[in-house]
Amino acid sequence: MAVKYDLNEREVWDGNFAASQALRQAQVDVVVAYPITPSTPIVENYGSYVANGYIDGEFVMVESEHAAMSGCIGASAAGGRVSTATSSQGFALMAEVLYQASGMRLPIVLNVVNRALASPLNVRGDHADMYLGRDSGWIQMGAFNAQEAYDLALCAFKIAENHDVRLPVMVHQDGFITSHTAQNVYPMTDEAAINFVGEIDPVDDMLDFSRPVTYGAQTEEDWHFEHKAKQHKALMDSRPIIDEVYEEFAKLTGRKYNRVESYNMEDAEVVIVGLGTTVETARVAAEQLREEEGIKAGVVAIRCFRPFPFEDVRDALEGAKAVAVTDRSSPGGAMGAFFNEVSAALYTTESRPLVTNFIYGLGGRDFSIDEAKRIFKEQKAHADAGHITTDIQQFSGLRGPHLGYFQTKRG
Amino acid sequence: MAITSIKNLKEFSTNNDRFEGAHTLCPGCAHSMIVRELMNCTDDNLVISANTGCLEVSTAVYPFTSWDTSWIHIGFENAATSVTAAQVMHSVRKKKGTLKDNDAPVKFVAFGGDGSTFDIGFQWLSGAMERGHDFTYICLDNENYANTGGQRSSATPIGATTSTAQAGTHSYGKKEKKKDIVAIMAAHGAPYVAQLAPNKWKSMAKGFQKALETEGPCFINTVSPCCTEWKFDPKDTIGITDLATDSLMFPIYEIIDGHELNILYRPKNLLKVEDYLGAQGRYKHLFKPENKHVIEKIQSDIDKNWEMLQRREEARI
Repeated sequence: MAVKYDLNEREVWDGNFAASQALRQAQVDVVVAYPITPSTPIVENYGSYVANGYIDGEFVMVESEHAAMSGCIGASAAGGRVSTATSSQGFALMAEVLYQASGMRLPIVLNVVNRALASPLNVRGDHADMYLGRDSGWIQMGAFNAQEAYDLALCAFKIAENHDVRLPVMVHQDGFITSHTAQNVYPMTDEAAINFVGEIDPVDDMLDFSRPVTYGAQTEEDWHFEHKAKQHKALMDSRPIIDEVYEEFAKLTGRKYNRVESYNMEDAEVVIVGLGTTVETARVAAEQLREEEGIKAGVVAIRCFRPFPFEDVRDALEGAKAVAVTDRSSPGGAMGAFFNEVSAALYTTESRPLVTNFIYGLGGRDFSIDEAKRIFKEQKAHADAGHITTDIQQFSGLRGPHLGYFQTKRG
Repeated sequence: MAITSIKNLKEFSTNNDRFEGAHTLCPGCAHSMIVRELMNCTDDNLVISANTGCLEVSTAVYPFTSWDTSWIHIGFENAATSVTAAQVMHSVRKKKGTLKDNDAPVKFVAFGGDGSTFDIGFQWLSGAMERGHDFTYICLDNENYANTGGQRSSATPIGATTSTAQAGTHSYGKKEKKKDIVAIMAAHGAPYVAQLAPNKWKSMAKGFQKALETEGPCFINTVSPCCTEWKFDPKDTIGITDLATDSLMFPIYEIIDGHELNILYRPKNLLKVEDYLGAQGRYKHLFKPENKHVIEKIQSDIDKNWEMLQRREEARI
């Protein structure tokens, strides 16, 4: 029986500590991990909870992130609750096995503390690792602060282990800005948290010897397509279940999450679409512009990156005139992935707002309120002109000469 | 552990039929003999993992499976990791009492070919051995990447021709010696390490039982002659294995606690390595006059290795 951990109604935790407390309260059976900045404290803390009897689990420190996710798969197939954490290069090293985890429909929860991908080597936050995982078949949710890193990690177990979902879930938070910034966090009591998450009821338990299971079979052209289609369907069908879990969580805590979050969108004409800590910055900028200059600015945040909330994004944005979609990942010779997805959703509306793409904040470059205001004002100029007046894709906050690509053919 | 009687081969071979004969391994492949021996030598439940390789692609092609036991395959390199993490989960769930049957005895076993064991999965194997999990890793060593058409591995012996280390007018085949995986695993401090062969079925079954009974990480390298890539008639698999063990190309021995070496088989009629090499197409080119020195080198390496094994056995250190 685990030793009782004393909690205050209000704690001052950083994002890493918050996520690790969620792991403790969810009574995770096994964490298989390899440390990497900035996510390391999440698994270190879990290890200390094991070492001090706060949890009846096991902490397995392996020799690489590839092994960490491989171990999570083996442990999860053995029927218990499993979680780990990683960032950046560690995430990249896991990439092969991320696809195996989702293909085997194992409910692993991966806390991803977002960090840039080398080269050049960089330990600061951008979303390159998160983007790398976007076709891996995992549910991907974004936390914008420490409280959300805690809340969403608890929700993640409940979503992943739901028998109608059976998919692994990533909970993302921004490296350093969230992971290492101490903030007020209101935790649930241990009892309330475990009651909410519930006990795991494994499907295809490798340790149920009355019913042997084969994990990781081979399929070629005769069956592979059907398996991948089922996996895609499971992701698509997880949307209402994610909503239900968010609803249940709100009833217990008063904190309501949505797969797409809207701020000041009732009458917004110009909008920034983003995720991560950028959202809070953009929200402050929108408030200030409304107050100072009467610009009807709003913010739409993607909480659930996968499954992509195509309809919800469309519903949130179709009343807007100009929309700036922000991508915190180097697009590698294309438009930002996020821009492409939001644009595709908006293309199916009657109104078809003007959509531009901002690449920003790479390698932890600060995204300021002033920068957000400048982006809003540019959107205002597009809206007033009735067409895009700048390059469609621009790098924002970059040193040196302006870098932008492509012009509109409308207007 | 519930040990199975191994007095009689006929009886032993039909015990615990948990590995279906309906797989797609090549006729004459030794893999299935080795796997069947492992699964027949205990009555305990088994959780088995496999690296990508011949065994895996031939025994779990959807919607079929040859495994009447819990089985998992993830990738090329991580069978040691997946099965040991499952073993950790077993210990947690046993403590918490959340297993379906909390008292069911179970053993954790990983299989890999020499490609995954010596090469691509070497780090994962080393990590699992170092962490000291209670499991047994069995390498099915056919000395090449047979599943992908016979490329060299670091288990391929010097002089063999493979598709990526070819014999030709300017080459005698692979130039490098085989990696000594048994010594490397023993150097991890593993409580039980052995090299075994399916022609000596009784010593192999006993070795498997010892590994399963021993607490901690155990490693066994098994010679698994590959008729397809070694180029011999599928009916001769055991005959080729006899030549391998009786020429001491594959000495049969165990190492306990990283130091106590016991030779498990001493050939009564020691054969020259030519007898072994000459029976396989992959060494055919070595019998040309210009390659005679390679055969001499292989024989000299075998002699030195046998001397080393005997002296280590005598020294008991």
